[in-house]
Amino acid sequence: MVNESLIDLCNLWSNSVSDLSKYNLTYKPFGPSAILIEWPAQIDEDIIRNIAAFERSIQKKKNISDTIIAYNSLTICYNREVNFDIEITQLQKQYEEVKPLQDAKSKIWQIPVCYHPDFGLDLEEIARVKKISVEELVRLHTAPDYLVYFIGFQPGFLYLGGLDEKIQLPRRANPRLRIEKGSVGIGGEQTGVYPMDSAGGWNIVGKSPVDFFDITKPKPCFAKAGDRIKFTAIDRDAFHEIAVEVRAGKYEPQFEPL
Amino acid sequence: MIKVLHAGIYNTVQDQGRPGYAKWGIPVSGVMDQYAARLANTLVRNQASDALIEITLGQGKFQFSERTDFCLTGGDYSPKLDEEVLETNRVYTAKKGAILTFGKRNYGAISYLAIPGGIRSEVVLESRSFSKGITQNRLEKGDELKILRKQTQSEQGYARIGMREEHYHSPTLSCFRGPEFDQLNEKQKQRLFALFTLSKDRNRVGYRLNESVENELKPILTSAVLPGTVQLTPSGKLIVLMRDCQVSGGYPRVLQLSENAISALSQKVAGEEVSFEITEQKNG
Repeated sequence: MVNESLIDLCNLWSNSVSDLSKYNLTYKPFGPSAILIEWPAQIDEDIIRNIAAFERSIQKKKNISDTIIAYNSLTICYNREVNFDIEITQLQKQYEEVKPLQDAKSKIWQIPVCYHPDFGLDLEEIARVKKISVEELVRLHTAPDYLVYFIGFQPGFLYLGGLDEKIQLPRRANPRLRIEKGSVGIGGEQTGVYPMDSAGGWNIVGKSPVDFFDITKPKPCFAKAGDRIKFTAIDRDAFHEIAVEVRAGKYEPQFEPL
Repeated sequence: MIKVLHAGIYNTVQDQGRPGYAKWGIPVSGVMDQYAARLANTLVRNQASDALIEITLGQGKFQFSERTDFCLTGGDYSPKLDEEVLETNRVYTAKKGAILTFGKRNYGAISYLAIPGGIRSEVVLESRSFSKGITQNRLEKGDELKILRKQTQSEQGYARIGMREEHYHSPTLSCFRGPEFDQLNEKQKQRLFALFTLSKDRNRVGYRLNESVENELKPILTSAVLPGTVQLTPSGKLIVLMRDCQVSGGYPRVLQLSENAISALSQKVAGEEVSFEITEQKNG
C-alpha cells in the first residue's frame, strides 16, 4: 500500500532540500518478522524527512505488511519470518539509492484548545514545577507552529515537534488509566492531542473539542504527516459551542495552506 | 444467525486483523490466540481468514436463531448447549433456539465460537475485527450476528483434534531480545528471566505483570511497538502488548514475544505464572 501522506511529506520537504543527506543507520531484528532501522535519537526535521524518503522507496514490496514511522525510526513489518542477513543487506543497498520527490500540498491547522484547570489536569502542577505562571505556560504552548511528524500511539494521534524547551516535562511515572478524548498533553519534548478516551502517561494541559479521528470519513484523520498545527486558546463557553457543532457534524477544522 | 443474550466482559468478532494502516495509527487487532482460532476454523472447515466470536473469561450467553453447526476452542469454561454439557475442540449441531452458556473455568481465558461459513460483521479497512474507534468496541446484548456463507452440513462429519496441552499450561513464553534489551544491567536481566505473575489489569491492548524490575532506564523517543512487545515502564512494571496495541510507544522495549507466546499468554488469567525464555534469532 502506498502511504499517501508520506508521499506528501516527501514532496513538501524536497522543495527545501536539494541534497538528501545520508545518516549512519543501525538495523536491528525486532522479533522474528520485523526490522527496526534507527536514526540518531533526535526530534529533527532533517531526520524525519530522510526517514519518510526511505519509507517511500520500500513501500511497494510484496512481503511487507506494514511500515511504521516514528521520530528517529522506521520499522518494516514482514508477513512472515525474516532472514535478517539477506533483508538488512538489501535495505542498506536501497538506502544508498533513496531519492527526494517533487511538489507540496501541506496545510496549517488552527486547533482550538481550552486551557482551563477543569480540562488541564496537570496545568497547575507543571506551572509550579517549571516556576512559571499558568498564563505563561499557555502562551508558550500556543506560540509554535508544530510539525506533524507521524501518526501513532492510537488512531489519529499526531506526534508534534516544536515544543518549547521551557515546558518540556517527562511522562508521568504511572500512566493514568483514563484520559478523556481531546485532552492535550506534554510527554518529554513532545506534545499532542488524545483522539479518543484511553490510558496514557502524558501531562495534561488542556482539551480540544475537535475530532482528530473519524472512521466514517474517507480520510479518518484530517491532518497528515508534514502538516503543521497551531493551537489557539479558547474559553469554556467557546469549547462547549464548538463541541456542539462537532457532535452535530457541522464543524470543519480550519486551515490555511502552508 | 446468532443472538447475544448476555454481553459478557469483553466479547468481540475477530479475524486476522488489519495490518497496513500504521500511517493512521490503527492497531493490527485480530484474534488474541492464533492457535485456538485456527483450530476452530479448521474444525468447521472454514478458511483461516474467516471471522469468529472471541469470548473473554467464559462470560456471555448466545442463542442460535437457526439450526447450525458450531464448535468452541481455546479456554474451557464448561460450555453447555441448553442442558447438554459440551466439550471444546469438537463440532456440535445446535437446534433452532438453542442457548449456549458457560460455567466453571477449567483452563484458559479466551474461547472461540466458530460457525461454518464464518461470522459476518462489517468490513472496515479490509477486516471484520472489532477495534476501538474503528468499529463497535465489543458485542452488546441484543446484537445479532449473521453468517457470511451459507454452508451445507458436512456429510463426512467433522474431525476431532487433540489439544496441545502446553499451550494452556506451560508458564514459559519464548521471546527475542527487544530493541532496548542491551541497555539492561545484569541484575535487571536476572530479574527479567525469573517468574512473574499476571495482574488483573489485562485486556486486548496489553497484559500488565505484578512484579517490578528495578528500572533506571530513560524513556525512549517514541518508536514502533508490535503485538508481543514487552515494555518496561518507569515504575518498573512490565506491560506485554497484545493484539489491539498502539503502533508506537515511548517505554523501553526489553523483549519481543514469539507469535506462539502471544497466543499462549492470551490464555492466562490473573495470578498465573509466566517466565520469559530467549529463543535465538535465526540469523542477523
